[in-house]
Amino acid sequence: MKFIDEYQDSKLVKGLAHQISQRSTKPVRLMEFCGGHTHAILRYGIRQLLPKTVEMRSGPGCPVCVTANADLDRAIALAHLPEVIITTFGDMIRVPGSYSSLQQAKAEGADVRIVYSTLDAVGMAMANPGKSVVFIGIGFETTAPTIAASILKARQDKVENFHVMALNKLTPPVMRALLDSGETKLDGIVCPGHVSVIIGSYPYEFIPRDYGVACVVSGFEPLDILLCIDKLVEQIEKGEPKVQIAYPRGVKPEGNMKARQLMDEVFEIGEADWRGIGVVPQSGLKIRGKYEQFDADKVFPVSMKPPREPGGCRCGDVIRGVATPLECRLFRKICTPERPVGPCMVSSEGACAAFYQYETPDDLRSS
Amino acid sequence: MCLAVPVKIVSVSGDEAETEIGGVRRKVSIAFTPEVKVGDYVLLHTGYAIGVVDEAEAEETLKLLEEIASLSEVH
Repeated sequence: MKFIDEYQDSKLVKGLAHQISQRSTKPVRLMEFCGGHTHAILRYGIRQLLPKTVEMRSGPGCPVCVTANADLDRAIALAHLPEVIITTFGDMIRVPGSYSSLQQAKAEGADVRIVYSTLDAVGMAMANPGKSVVFIGIGFETTAPTIAASILKARQDKVENFHVMALNKLTPPVMRALLDSGETKLDGIVCPGHVSVIIGSYPYEFIPRDYGVACVVSGFEPLDILLCIDKLVEQIEKGEPKVQIAYPRGVKPEGNMKARQLMDEVFEIGEADWRGIGVVPQSGLKIRGKYEQFDADKVFPVSMKPPREPGGCRCGDVIRGVATPLECRLFRKICTPERPVGPCMVSSEGACAAFYQYETPDDLRSS
Repeated sequence: MCLAVPVKIVSVSGDEAETEIGGVRRKVSIAFTPEVKVGDYVLLHTGYAIGVVDEAEAEETLKLLEEIASLSEVH
């Protein structure tokens, strides 16, 4: 398919891998922020193509994974309200909360439905006028405009029974939080391609300036990711960290103004609770007061038991890039995609799920 | 979650467009990309075209990759 197949050409992959090996002289640690990148890196065996000097760490860019248990518990509580239909993206349904999951709630009789698009959720509200349809609004800047658009559509079409639980999170503020914590020393960041389609590349400028860390925006095909890593290694070798775009067919420095305008119309910036990281100021989106009739948290206040985390699960460490999934003692033994303990094993973008699917354990590798 | 795939615009009607990829057709919202024309490729994310694929840049990137590959053959 156009703009996909040509960026998977094995001859070009070999050439680029060779150039990276030639260029790289000192050990570097790079973080791929986005779960989509983690998945692609493992799927295409990119780790095996890189020289030993280049270490990749997964980051917090998996929306399902970073959803805090307190928020998930609230969504599950709403699902149990008799008048509510919960709509959500597919991955979310199986994530274990503190005491249950949306899937378990569904098995107990709650009306929980998977949708492909926020517009499907608005359509479902129109088709079920006697019910309240609540969309669980997770995702980063890529998805936030689509949620804003659904609220604007509901207002325009007077769909009064459509509501959103606003859990959208912002990328640059959490990058700052990770760099400030200093837990994982990073030399470069593979910046998320489709977040950057919306926000552009300017919001990353503080990273090389304040932290001396290289930043390159990447697409999702193997050649895109290798080109990004090549540019990161080049910057680091030269000692000249800056922001570059290695995905210019998709990303412009200024991003998508129209999408951002719609996002700003509906949302204001507030704090957000990230699993494994905690509350990060200015890293979340809240529905503005003038749209509060669509805000599920305003319309359906629920009181909750305090959240709790599953024992032994290192999802939080994996999200922060402090540990790889292979360092979790539950990984592949107790925690599997069939019986996930934490969200990083549930989501198709979770690092644990990607490692489980594509990484051969050392003890199984033929010598 | 941030998955987006390049699909081709087949027709445009108001803030919606018919798109095609690998023989599959789907109506998508072009609320964020009102400038699209028939024949353009857009990045489709959860039913919305979030950006227009820049074909000239796509070619430039491929040219660069081919140059790198030919250099590595020489060495």
